[in-house]
Amino acid sequence: MAVLKYTNDHECVKIEGDIAWVGITKYAQEALGDLVYVELPSVGKKVKKGEYFAVVESVKTAAEVYSPVDGEVIEANDNMPTDLEMIKSPVGEQGWIAKIKISDPAQLANLMDEAAYKKYLESL
Amino acid sequence: MTRRTALHASHTALGAKMGEFAGYDMPLYYKEGVLSEHEWVRSRAGLFDVSHMGQIILHGPEEDIIKFWEQVTPSSFAKLGDGAAKYTVLTSPKGGMIDDLIVTRIWHNKFFAVLNAGRKSVDIEWLRKHLPESVTLEYSDMESLLAVQGPDSEKVMRETFGLDVSDMNYMSGKYFDLGHAASLVSRLGYTGEDGFEISVSPNEAPRIWRQLIEHPDIMPVGLAARDSLRLEMGYPLYGHDIDETTSPAEANLSWILRDKSGPKPARLRVGVKLLDKGIAREGAEIRNEVGKKIGALTSGGFSPSLKESIGMGYIEAAMSAVGTNIFVHVRGRDIPAVVVAMPFVPARTKMKKAAH
Repeated sequence: MAVLKYTNDHECVKIEGDIAWVGITKYAQEALGDLVYVELPSVGKKVKKGEYFAVVESVKTAAEVYSPVDGEVIEANDNMPTDLEMIKSPVGEQGWIAKIKISDPAQLANLMDEAAYKKYLESL
Repeated sequence: MTRRTALHASHTALGAKMGEFAGYDMPLYYKEGVLSEHEWVRSRAGLFDVSHMGQIILHGPEEDIIKFWEQVTPSSFAKLGDGAAKYTVLTSPKGGMIDDLIVTRIWHNKFFAVLNAGRKSVDIEWLRKHLPESVTLEYSDMESLLAVQGPDSEKVMRETFGLDVSDMNYMSGKYFDLGHAASLVSRLGYTGEDGFEISVSPNEAPRIWRQLIEHPDIMPVGLAARDSLRLEMGYPLYGHDIDETTSPAEANLSWILRDKSGPKPARLRVGVKLLDKGIAREGAEIRNEVGKKIGALTSGGFSPSLKESIGMGYIEAAMSAVGTNIFVHVRGRDIPAVVVAMPFVPARTKMKKAAH
């Protein structure tokens, strides 16, 4: 069964086995406003936890999307740049930007669950 | 402590996303979002609160005021007729720009000027320092300024206030009765569309806002779309595209100079269009075909009208001709781009005849 996890930087992550599907939370979407572009990572790109692997751009600003774990990009959501509305759908459906093969599952322990993320948002 | 305009409650009541700009808590965009707001201004009419900007009035003998403006700006004011407005800059002794502004000669001995929010205190100190004794400078930090911008603006002004503004030239201003007191209405703006700016007291501003917002052709528009609209027009934004380190000639503003005989600048502000996907923003390096830096973007972003990435920046004069192929460096990638003429989108400001 898939679980949803969250980061301090407002990534939303679906963990399925050793694959992390990474998107951005509703909070991040609202903070950015209307999106105009998504820059996807190339497949095979090695990523480190906390490093950016994609960029979402709104009219006003660009926001980096950080990897929640060390790993390797195994798939990028190639349809998203031409259908930016996709980012609003759940991360486990069409809202994922990339899928990352997790190399160190121990890092998952640092991610927040939904209740912790809600609490975190209230603290901002 | 961020400041609030007299319309702050109007913005929050409309669900605006607020953000800090030049020390003010201002609406960035409303519920429709920046893309809809931008498109609405290009097709109908948008309502903006720009009360954070500075408004000053100068009184005095006309020859003294004209002499004063010609001392603090590089422009000519001798031929500016009553009611006519003019875009110019305040120049520093080193030739840089202290601010850009629009000056309106309301009548022969009374002038009005609008200053950038982030520069108004610097400007006023500078202006007072150079002001002749015969001229008085009135400045109230509290005055409100509303802008109606878009092709339906004239219709909105007529249907909301019963004003006939059809004979007003673009770049002109005069007083109208908006239901309580005489208010200065100027036909100009920062979007490239026909439009009006309305200067009113803070007591009157919420009523004027409410009346305008009820018009079916009007949508409230925040500062985010104001920025994308002006970018499409190639209008410089002070603090980004022009500042004390850039001269009017470098900024491609030679048309405002009364003396155009100066030397050709080594760099010029140009328009840039990306030829490949990606968005380049302020600070991005402009490079030539061998990767050498030849300039940098001072503004950049997505053009909602063109659905393309555009920007402006300073580039070595030799590389500044329209059509020159360049590259813009974004996150490790040199994106192919080209120097283009500005505005990026044709201006549709109402130009019956030259008003200056």
